[in-house]
Amino acid sequence: MSTTDKTTGAAAGDPAGTTVDEAAAGAQLSTAPLDDSPGDPVGIGLLGWARWTWRQLTSMRVALILLFLLSLGAIPGSLVPQNSVDLLKVADWKRNHPTLTPVYEKLQLFDVYSSVWFSAIYILLFVSLIGCIVPRSWQFVGQLRGRPPGAPKRLERLPAFTHWRTGTDPDEVLAAAGQLLKKRGYRVHATGNAVAAEKGYLREAGNLLFHVALIVMLVAFAWGRLFFSEGGKLVLQGGGFSNTLTQYDDFKSGSLFTADDLPPFSFTLDEFDATYERSGPQKGTARDFKAYVTYSEGAYGAPKKTEIQVNKPLEIEGSKIYLLGHGYAPVISVTDARGKVVFKDAVPMLPQDANLTSTGAVKVNDGYRDKNGKKEQLGFSGVFVPTFAGAGRGTMFSQYPGLDFPALALTGYHGSLGVDAGLPQNVYVLDTSKMTQFKDKDGKPFAVRMLPGESMTLPNGAGTVKFEGIGRWATFSVTHQPGSGLALTGAIAAVLGLAGSLFIQRRRIWVRAVTDRGTTVVLMAGLGRSESAKLPEELGDLALTLNSEAAPTAPEPAEAETEADPAVDTAAEGERA
Amino acid sequence: MTQLAVAANENLAHISNVLVYSSMAVYTLAFFAHIAEWVFGSRSKVGRTAAALTGAGSRTAGAAAAPAVTVRTKGGTAVLDKPKVVTRAAAGSRDLPDGPGAAGGTEKGDLYGRIAVSLTTLGFLIAAAGVVSRALSVERAPWGNMYEFSITFSTVAVGAYLVLLALKKNVRWIGLVLVTTVLLDLGIATTWLYTDSDQLVPALHSYWLYIHVSTAIICGAVFYIGAVGTLLYLFRDSYEAKLERGEQPGRFATSVLERLPAAGSLDKFSYRINAAVFPLWTFTIIAGAIWAGDAWGRYWGWDPKEVWSFVTWVAYACYLHARATAGWKGRKAAYLALFAFACWIWNYYGVNILLSGKHSYAGV
Ligand code: HEM
Repeated sequence: MSTTDKTTGAAAGDPAGTTVDEAAAGAQLSTAPLDDSPGDPVGIGLLGWARWTWRQLTSMRVALILLFLLSLGAIPGSLVPQNSVDLLKVADWKRNHPTLTPVYEKLQLFDVYSSVWFSAIYILLFVSLIGCIVPRSWQFVGQLRGRPPGAPKRLERLPAFTHWRTGTDPDEVLAAAGQLLKKRGYRVHATGNAVAAEKGYLREAGNLLFHVALIVMLVAFAWGRLFFSEGGKLVLQGGGFSNTLTQYDDFKSGSLFTADDLPPFSFTLDEFDATYERSGPQKGTARDFKAYVTYSEGAYGAPKKTEIQVNKPLEIEGSKIYLLGHGYAPVISVTDARGKVVFKDAVPMLPQDANLTSTGAVKVNDGYRDKNGKKEQLGFSGVFVPTFAGAGRGTMFSQYPGLDFPALALTGYHGSLGVDAGLPQNVYVLDTSKMTQFKDKDGKPFAVRMLPGESMTLPNGAGTVKFEGIGRWATFSVTHQPGSGLALTGAIAAVLGLAGSLFIQRRRIWVRAVTDRGTTVVLMAGLGRSESAKLPEELGDLALTLNSEAAPTAPEPAEAETEADPAVDTAAEGERA
Repeated sequence: MTQLAVAANENLAHISNVLVYSSMAVYTLAFFAHIAEWVFGSRSKVGRTAAALTGAGSRTAGAAAAPAVTVRTKGGTAVLDKPKVVTRAAAGSRDLPDGPGAAGGTEKGDLYGRIAVSLTTLGFLIAAAGVVSRALSVERAPWGNMYEFSITFSTVAVGAYLVLLALKKNVRWIGLVLVTTVLLDLGIATTWLYTDSDQLVPALHSYWLYIHVSTAIICGAVFYIGAVGTLLYLFRDSYEAKLERGEQPGRFATSVLERLPAAGSLDKFSYRINAAVFPLWTFTIIAGAIWAGDAWGRYWGWDPKEVWSFVTWVAYACYLHARATAGWKGRKAAYLALFAFACWIWNYYGVNILLSGKHSYAGV
């Protein structure tokens, strides 16, 4: 039952060349490379080897292997912490696995997606892809210009076949068949006693589009990596930000990025709003964050108001401003021994848990004088809780992230803050190595818990500290990622191409009409790619239409041993069997 | 939210739980009905596969073309039939008829099979009501944590199966496996993954939740059905190969496998299923990237969930390539398909529970 039986198919007795064998009938139904084993190197010398390597690389088999390697190669990046995702986790992991660390570092397992080996896989894959796409596109253009191949000699051997007898003239049947097929969107080509038709070229076009779209996406990603920039900034309620390098708390960028690429804009954080679950088992879980901002585009743009939410970044001139986090900033004022206010500011504190128990430091650098008039620096480390459990109820841990019962505990130090050493300092932590803690009358560390509006008086008339009120802050990330529009275009094209490639069937239909024993025998056959579920249905539908519109069934003529088309013969034989 | 509304929601959540447990009870009955179907079906003497294989050798090429137009005479008048289409399998495939299904052509088995399908339909309706009441109780899409994800997932898988049945596709053979897995999935969901109904964290407040998560669930459910087809294909293919070599497979294997569709049909079935959802899976990943771009400020950050979605996608692409490549069709391609589905499952259970990342909705 092999369809590659060459002896029957060869069009030897068909000088017009209008019939082909079954293998030829299916030829070029796709542009997929036929020969999957490129064989041995042909010719000698470098050129032969180069050609052989190229053919290997662009074969489907190698594409398959590379794809498989790509999927395997991506896996370690999910199991080993990645530098690009979470530096802290990487450091943690390294501390816990001192013996494995050097091995992993050699294998670039902390940077899988920029490692040499991962890059090698996908670069090879894309070279293969380009090497595959270009010839396939040419071939496809050729097919679009060409005509569907003629009818195979033995139509009954094709995957879907039907035939019947009719009284209509063969020429009329063929003309009607041609018209019908044309109406159904087939490309039709009449040859001799048969009509050849083909449909579903969009499958190939879709497949090519999909693969080209993959290349477009890769280029877009590469472009984005080279020119991206990303910076973080903490903004106090009422505070502002303008988009220059010096304003960022931290900043990363691609290798081709320059500071001139930062578009000029600025914004101020007018207000920050957060709502939390009030009751139930998930009490305290955040429900909604909103940052109300006023921004202006360009250096002197008119101010506009908007809000930024977690899922709704603000887009200004190709940069996107994301709301990342938020916290509280107790407003604290410090009065020195002389009664002069030497510090008054909102001090951002860093959340330590889900209920926003926050810690931070107040640093009074300049202007303070103690009761002897001596210049000194003051520092306070503090814990702020938005909802205090109540006096005598455990420690300073917040019970709820909202401001239900805010309280601030401070303990103070005097001496040198160490900021003059020129080293960058963590603004949230106090370096107490050159400071002395204030002590109370009993010699115990002096610490006071305050409610908003309350003050504490430092021992020995060193001054007072007042908890004036509570501000908020929010952190924003400003990212500029060129190429994302191109990537999105590529992605959409990929999905469309894929849908065309997988849902459209490329198929061929042949109709032959021959005279046999006084009536006309109509033979129809269809051929598609291997998985053609719909083909028999479609052929049946076409046959039925042709049968009812142009070639009604006629009765079988009486048995007679006349010379007939072999196809008709076998079909008739089958009938009698 | 007023006190009253809270009470109403807790009521609804309770109703949802009761519905999910009820659907499990009904699915359990369906499970037993399927078992009965297989047991009664085993009493029939099918033996069609073996017969077809031994017959195949003696068939000649021409004889396989059955008559397409027959002329019957009724009371002296010739009634002319419409043309009939004859189909043939591609060269190289075994061209075997499909097995008769679990009931094995026995009347009693078929009856139990029908009961099983009816019970499955009932279980589906109850489970769907459970999902909907859960959604109403939380006033959002029921996809905020793994429990909700799981109950939706099994409901969609059964739904896909029922749709295929309604389209008159030959899929009843999948029933027993499907019901078993659904029970497993719901069991895991209610015992280990259960989370009280509640609102979403801000990052999940987005219409992309509806787009991205719903398509992800559909893809998973449909990939699952494809994977069952692939697995059964592997068994059935070995069975056919054994028969072809003239060996006699074990009695139990014969009894089960001869009732399944032919290996060629199973293979085609799972290919079509996988190929049909692959574009949707591609879309799911793209939608996820767009959402991540809005929520986290980057489209793609190799978060464990993203890594495994990518791995799954490439593995399925690999499978589709294998199907187009000579020498990789059949069993090798099937192994790739199973690998791809294993990646999908791992991405769901493994990554959610064992690997932490930004997709922290596991809530277990
Ligand atoms: C970047 C990696 C690649 C991916 C993700 C990919 C993905 C896919 C997918 C999903 C299909 C299925 C669509 C269909 O069956 O029509 C497909 C088909 C195809 N791919 Fe790729 N591909 C990649 C690289 C390549 C390369 C390097 C080649 C050439 C060597 C290639 C050649 C083909 C061919 C010829 C088909 C069509 C098969 C057919 O007509 O049935 N692909 N590809």
